[in-house]
Amino acid sequence: MPPAAEQAAVAIQTTLGKPTVPSIAFFLIIVVITLFITYWASKRTKSAKEFYAAGRGISAFQNGLALAGDYMSAASFLGIAGMVALKGYDGMIYAVGWLVGWPALMFLIAEPLRNLGKFTFADVVAYRLKQTPVRIASAIGGILTVLFYTIAQMVGSGSLIKLMFGLPYEMAEILVGVIMLAYVLFGGMLATTWVQIIKAVLLLSGVSVLMLIVLSKFNFDPGALYTAVADQYGQAALEPGGLISSPIDAVSLGLALMFGLLGLPHILQRFFTVPNAKAARVSVLYASGFIGYFYIIIPIVGFGASALIGRDIITKIDKGGNMAAPLLAEYLGGTPFLGFIAAVAFATILAVVAGLTLAAASAISHDIYAHVIKRGKATEKEEVRASRIATLIFGVVAVLLGILFKGQNVAFMVGLAFAIACSANFPALTLSIFWKRFTTAGAVCSILTGAFLAVGLIIISPTVWEDVMGNPKGSALFALKNPAIVSMTASFIVGWLVSLVTKEKTAEQMFEDEKLRTYLGVGAE
Amino acid sequence: MAKKTVQNVLDSSQFKSLVAKRAKVSTLLMTLLFLLYYGFVLLIGFNKPFMAQKIGESVTLGIPLAVAVIILAWLLTLAYVVWANAIYDPEVEKLRGQLFD
Repeated sequence: MPPAAEQAAVAIQTTLGKPTVPSIAFFLIIVVITLFITYWASKRTKSAKEFYAAGRGISAFQNGLALAGDYMSAASFLGIAGMVALKGYDGMIYAVGWLVGWPALMFLIAEPLRNLGKFTFADVVAYRLKQTPVRIASAIGGILTVLFYTIAQMVGSGSLIKLMFGLPYEMAEILVGVIMLAYVLFGGMLATTWVQIIKAVLLLSGVSVLMLIVLSKFNFDPGALYTAVADQYGQAALEPGGLISSPIDAVSLGLALMFGLLGLPHILQRFFTVPNAKAARVSVLYASGFIGYFYIIIPIVGFGASALIGRDIITKIDKGGNMAAPLLAEYLGGTPFLGFIAAVAFATILAVVAGLTLAAASAISHDIYAHVIKRGKATEKEEVRASRIATLIFGVVAVLLGILFKGQNVAFMVGLAFAIACSANFPALTLSIFWKRFTTAGAVCSILTGAFLAVGLIIISPTVWEDVMGNPKGSALFALKNPAIVSMTASFIVGWLVSLVTKEKTAEQMFEDEKLRTYLGVGAE
Repeated sequence: MAKKTVQNVLDSSQFKSLVAKRAKVSTLLMTLLFLLYYGFVLLIGFNKPFMAQKIGESVTLGIPLAVAVIILAWLLTLAYVVWANAIYDPEVEKLRGQLFD
């Protein structure tokens, strides 16, 4: 549909990579508003319950938006739009996988999690088991998950900010670190939640406007958009390509995406911010509505970019296609709209990293410091102080790792985070909630098996062995790109077998009383 | 009426059937979700031409199917919420009432 001359004009005129007045203005507005909210939240963040769980005063609708905010990262917004733009239908298949964990989260654990837990998912795993070993193991699984996710986010954010604003990579890392630390340190969960809500609203509305303008170019007929794509890149752009070449690989990745969600500490922690199990349940409905809508419209943006901008120009700016959506925004709405979308992407990065940092800090201060080092006898004041120190340490580590991994291929780390989440955290969590015979030894062995298998297998898989370390094709010792199908199954089997050979009387007795809390919410905090 | 003890409630057929009902509903919905999503993935894996067939000028069947998987998955969560609000919650209230009145 667009003449070639028009396409060429886009390439010449792009202001991408240069700081423009609109992009800086939008960015400053977002930062000022969120810091103002942080100031407001800081006066309401004194107790541990306020720091970790926003005083449990978040409504179901607010939590739905915040969950969506935590989950829709810049990587999924820019990455999936780019993948659809460059690879067509394969990007759409990938997008579907990001939603299907949410119903599973609802059916299996959302309500019991809210009823049993206090501040972290380890509260639930350790509920009727021996605190010290289970807390240590859960914290290992939780922190590993968050750490790999954070590295991927930090490295991605450095290059994205460089591409969009022209800021040096290291500066971008430090800027993200400083602003997000301000949110978490002073405003705790309350500020982090509101940052997520603002970011989710901005992202959803920004992408919606982008989609509507794209469709308006095709007289609101999606068919015409697809025809334009097929005209330029052939019918193959609308057909499944190489993404699912091996069904087992596809199922293994699907399992990691689906059940990984049920083991992401920063997502699980959100369920402790609502008043009760009913609010937890309804918040998942809202969250999956927003996220589902997001993954339905993102492919339209991606196809729009390939039809209106062209794959050549998109890959010229960034090989991975990450700039497809910003380029499209500029083409359709000029520099101001690009500025808005770039600022939204920046806000997205800040919010996701803030959520991850809070989750990591909670594991360190609540699980390790308060329960293991202080044996559950830390005063509230000590625990809140420890959580702030942990936040600071994790924030600095995140920035340093971001700088250390500059230029490295870290795309696999998101897959790895999901693999650890579904192999280490998810099996122990569900077995602890639903299986009476589950024991301390079973939990520890299940978590460690899942964590080490997920990490070990991914290192010898084609993803790392060939793509990252540069070994020849076909030399990987483990054939699957994502190990979930093996590591998650092994974690369940080990948890089950070890529990059978180590009977734990008190855990079994407590299971009956626990049921009252799991199903009726009696005694829930 | 005398207050029931925790043990009474745990042993009551009402509580046991509530736990069983929740397990049944979540197993059913999980099964549907599995069929929906892995059905979609495996259909692509084993029958690409099916997904690639045109249903319009150039639109392939795979495109509306991908959207349908997302919408249906959301409808499953809606089904769970409707069930839990209408049936699960009132029974929870009844059982809690036996403990606390």
